[in-house]
Amino acid sequence: MNSLFTPLSWSDSGLILTGVWNTVIISVVAIVVGTILGLIVGFARSESNKVVNAVFGSLLDVLRSVPLIIQLILFSTFMGAAGSPLAPFVAGSIVLSLYTMAFMAEVFRGGFESVSPSMQTAARSLGMTKWQTIYHIRLPIGLRAVFPSWLGVSLSVIKDSALVSVIGYMELLRTSEQLISRTQQPLEILIGVGIFYFIISYPLSYYGRYVERKMAI
Amino acid sequence: MDYEFHWNVVFQNMPQLLNGAFVTLHVSVLAMLLGIVIAILLAIAKMNNTKFFSQVATVWVEIARNTPALFQIYMAYFGLGAFGIHLSPYVAVLSALVFINAGYLTETFRGGFQSIPSTQYSASKSLGMTSIQSYRYIILPQMLRRIYHPMTNQFVWSILMSSLGILVGMSELSGTTQRLQSLSFRTLEFFIVAAVMYFIITKLVLFASSLLARRLFKGEI
Amino acid sequence: MISVQNVHKSFGDLEVLKGVSLDVQKGEVVSVIGGSGSGKSTLLYCINAIETINSGKILVDDVDVHAKSTNKDKLRQKLGMVFQQWNSFPHMTVLENAALAPRIVKKMSKEEAMEIAKKELEHVGLGDKLDVYPTKMSGGQQQRLAIARALAMKPDYMLLDEVTSALDPELVGEVLDTLRLLAEEGMTMICVTHEMGFARDVSDRVAYFHQGVIAEIGEARQVITDPQNPLTQKFLSKVR
Repeated sequence: MNSLFTPLSWSDSGLILTGVWNTVIISVVAIVVGTILGLIVGFARSESNKVVNAVFGSLLDVLRSVPLIIQLILFSTFMGAAGSPLAPFVAGSIVLSLYTMAFMAEVFRGGFESVSPSMQTAARSLGMTKWQTIYHIRLPIGLRAVFPSWLGVSLSVIKDSALVSVIGYMELLRTSEQLISRTQQPLEILIGVGIFYFIISYPLSYYGRYVERKMAI
Repeated sequence: MDYEFHWNVVFQNMPQLLNGAFVTLHVSVLAMLLGIVIAILLAIAKMNNTKFFSQVATVWVEIARNTPALFQIYMAYFGLGAFGIHLSPYVAVLSALVFINAGYLTETFRGGFQSIPSTQYSASKSLGMTSIQSYRYIILPQMLRRIYHPMTNQFVWSILMSSLGILVGMSELSGTTQRLQSLSFRTLEFFIVAAVMYFIITKLVLFASSLLARRLFKGEI
Repeated sequence: MISVQNVHKSFGDLEVLKGVSLDVQKGEVVSVIGGSGSGKSTLLYCINAIETINSGKILVDDVDVHAKSTNKDKLRQKLGMVFQQWNSFPHMTVLENAALAPRIVKKMSKEEAMEIAKKELEHVGLGDKLDVYPTKMSGGQQQRLAIARALAMKPDYMLLDEVTSALDPELVGEVLDTLRLLAEEGMTMICVTHEMGFARDVSDRVAYFHQGVIAEIGEARQVITDPQNPLTQKFLSKVR
């Protein structure tokens, strides 16, 4: 092996762990923020009139129809040009969260709209107020129905978080890319990365399908 | 904000951007077609009673669904180098997209197939149709209706994900945008135009898809 | 003539038919009654070769249904079958549903197939629904479509598997009326049914199935109104 390159060693584990941590943390931030925003927007959309809906809808549509990588580059460049450059983690979290929100909002909207009006009428006839109906009937039923879809979106966020590397965030794939260029051992490193993602993603997707099957019966 | 927008350089380079958009469509269509062919084989293998075939299919599907697209692309572009296989950026991105499309579509096809009640098959057999006729006229047309929308979504996903070509120097829309902006330093302008182009492409595909659906599927299910 | 000779049929360890014999003459209507799980529907599936049999023999016009050399697709053209769940083809209009098999199985021209299909649809009272999609119709209408679809193949026999069981009560009548019409026209039919009135009035003979064997068979009115076998008596007293 060329002396320019140094093989993978245990001293690299710190770097790898940082990459793993960064991937986990930005995914968690995006899922949490995206879920909260998505819940609000999704609920608003299922409640509001046509005009508000159309405006919201097309905004979400743009977020879903432009590649995430372009959104990341655009936002981070824009903030730089606007004179307030953001750290990769901050810029990445914001974009990934909004991107997640766009998908979550549709998931939740579908859930809320799946709660039949007759069930709400029944609740109102029992003397529940509008907000009691929302809190005790629509939220729990709607949320339960969309759990598998929510998990599906969350899983794709974990995978999509790899793209934040494009604006310089040191998540797992970017870390591994650096290690590859230093060690010239792409296969070993990439297989390790793949196993990491698989170990996180597979149990969750398995669980999601299990819940889906159970709900179908 | 003191940033001054300069759009001229972007419009001067429009032919190159359009060419990049063409490559984006090109790679996505190809990834979809190859993905469909492989997914049909994998879906058949997965429903097969021979354990070996169904296990191979399961491993493929689970790896494709549970690892990031960027990982697949790096694997194709850098990883295969360990075996002396050096793919061009185009082929690397294409094979990663094919791999993932095949994985997702396998489940789509399998689900679509299993959603057709077996009584539809008995009913067509009872009319004297052969097995091939039953599939050709009864099972597959109904299946196609159910998998059409998931397939459209997968195609849109392919278009959006092909933008990862930017990371391996492919000259599709994102890669071209990246190269052009680095020559002119009009990063914002170039990427705004690229975003608009992606949006338009996606909308056009969805529009064409719904037009086609209306022609193909008369009557609802 | 359909001749069922000492047929045994098992699903795994469960023996559903334990030596069933039954001859149905041309022009005859035989109703098969009995509790659920007694094997009566399985018998129809075996006659139509949708299910295989373990032993015994089934002859349709002297052709051994389950012989390896028998072309089962060809044989099924003689045997029209209607199911409990009507199984209309949801992606085709009513007319296309009925015209498909004549066109692709009997290789008729499109016009010819449409002509026959139209005639049979008018026959069952669906003449005004030709271009409708079946999912837009009631269960009773879809079941009549299934009957017309089978009739369009000009079958010599009709096998009817509990065709009214899945219908809302108010829709049962229209389907039974259609079957009554067929009986009057001399169609040979085996009807697995829970409609005792229909069995009594329309069929020539009634067979009572109990745990995989025919416990009693005889002239329709006699079996329904004056059953000889205590098992039949018990069953009929329960369904009344």
